[in-house]
Amino acid sequence: MAEVKLSAPLTDKDVESLNIGDKVLITGSILVGRDSAHKRLIDLLDAGKPLPVDLKGQVIYYAGPSPARPGNPVGSAGPTTSGRIDPYAPRLLALGLKGMIGKGSRSAEVIEACKKYKAVYLAAVGGAAALIAKSIKKAEVIAYPELGPEALRWMEVENFPAIVVNDTKGNDLYVEGRSQYQR
Amino acid sequence: MREIEAKTITEAVKKLCIDACYYLNDEILDAFRKCKEKEESPVAVDILSQLEENARISREGQFPLCQDTGFAVLFVELGADVVIKGGTLPEAINEGVRQGYTEGYLRKSIVSDPLERKNTGDNTPAALHLEIVPGDKLKITILPKGGGSENMSEVRMLKPADGAKGVIDFVLERVSKAGPNPCPPIVVGVGIGGTFEMAALIAKKALLRPLGSRNPKPHLAAIEEELIERINHMGIGPQGFGGRCTALAVHVEAYPCHIASLPAAVNIECHSHRHKEIVL
Repeated sequence: MAEVKLSAPLTDKDVESLNIGDKVLITGSILVGRDSAHKRLIDLLDAGKPLPVDLKGQVIYYAGPSPARPGNPVGSAGPTTSGRIDPYAPRLLALGLKGMIGKGSRSAEVIEACKKYKAVYLAAVGGAAALIAKSIKKAEVIAYPELGPEALRWMEVENFPAIVVNDTKGNDLYVEGRSQYQR
Repeated sequence: MREIEAKTITEAVKKLCIDACYYLNDEILDAFRKCKEKEESPVAVDILSQLEENARISREGQFPLCQDTGFAVLFVELGADVVIKGGTLPEAINEGVRQGYTEGYLRKSIVSDPLERKNTGDNTPAALHLEIVPGDKLKITILPKGGGSENMSEVRMLKPADGAKGVIDFVLERVSKAGPNPCPPIVVGVGIGGTFEMAALIAKKALLRPLGSRNPKPHLAAIEEELIERINHMGIGPQGFGGRCTALAVHVEAYPCHIASLPAAVNIECHSHRHKEIVL
């Protein structure tokens, strides 16, 4: 198990070097959005309209933070369950999205898309939202403010901690980890 | 008759919302420590340490334990000799939730219609479960319930012939399918009997028992023992990365039921098991 420092946005080389179980620390700009924001992005694609952001090389964090107290960039900001975004993710991966951060299992389609388009799925520790917030330095709503906690955001992060769950080779940490400790 | 002002209830609920979302109960922190002792996976031990650190940061007051500060589920036991003045109980409680979630910087996670999905903006309405009890007290318990673990819960109408084994198999199937999604280590509430809706309600109420306590009825305690052991042999572990500690506790509750029925419900709760109570 390696500990890898990553700088976002990511390159093909960055993601291809990652293996399941690797601990990563991400520094840079990441997108933040949940299923409602994803649905809007897919609706734009269906309508043949441009997206509010270029997804090439980007990492998206599945999260809806709690409100920021004055003086803080954000409130608590742990990951949400990724499975709800599964129906939308492969289309965004096809457009060059390189990383997804959330918690919980992904569908076979998403794992296949990670192989096909060279992308990774990372897990942040669900419920460690106060701890994770310490690595978020700036946050800005870029689209869909009416969705409240579900708005699309940019965040500047420094050493944001995550673990590689699905790599570019089709491996799954949830399956491997569980089988190792099953009795 | 004893009079309680609606605004007293509102103040109490507001404080309960905030306290529940910032201050993790000691029983959970104790359970994390015990898990670390028996955990064989170094990754799992690291995650449990992160959860302890998270609780410390939250307690210091600037960040809720989890960004999902939940649906405000309230269990209220209203003494029959209590009269509420200056408003109704549901209004007083919803106002407390509104103030608590707004002033406490808690996330507003409720949409007004499940299909149109527009955020109500103040985390109301609460899910209110009211019971009239003897006496002149008012007991209010809050359980802010996160969506991720709630989504992994289920009610199933079993056949009486399925018996205890059917219930156990159902719970194990549900926990296994949930895998990493509900943020393990989890707390499992199981409701057996009653009607369709009662099974779900007693499963949820079971979560509120002292963590790891056993049902006083030996046959239900035996189910709890078997379930906790078999769940912790699944290998799911903290966050699903593999390990010994998948559940912190399993609580089973039962209720009389119809001769034709064996309802069973599994309510899964994440490790951020937040609940507080007050007696007025």
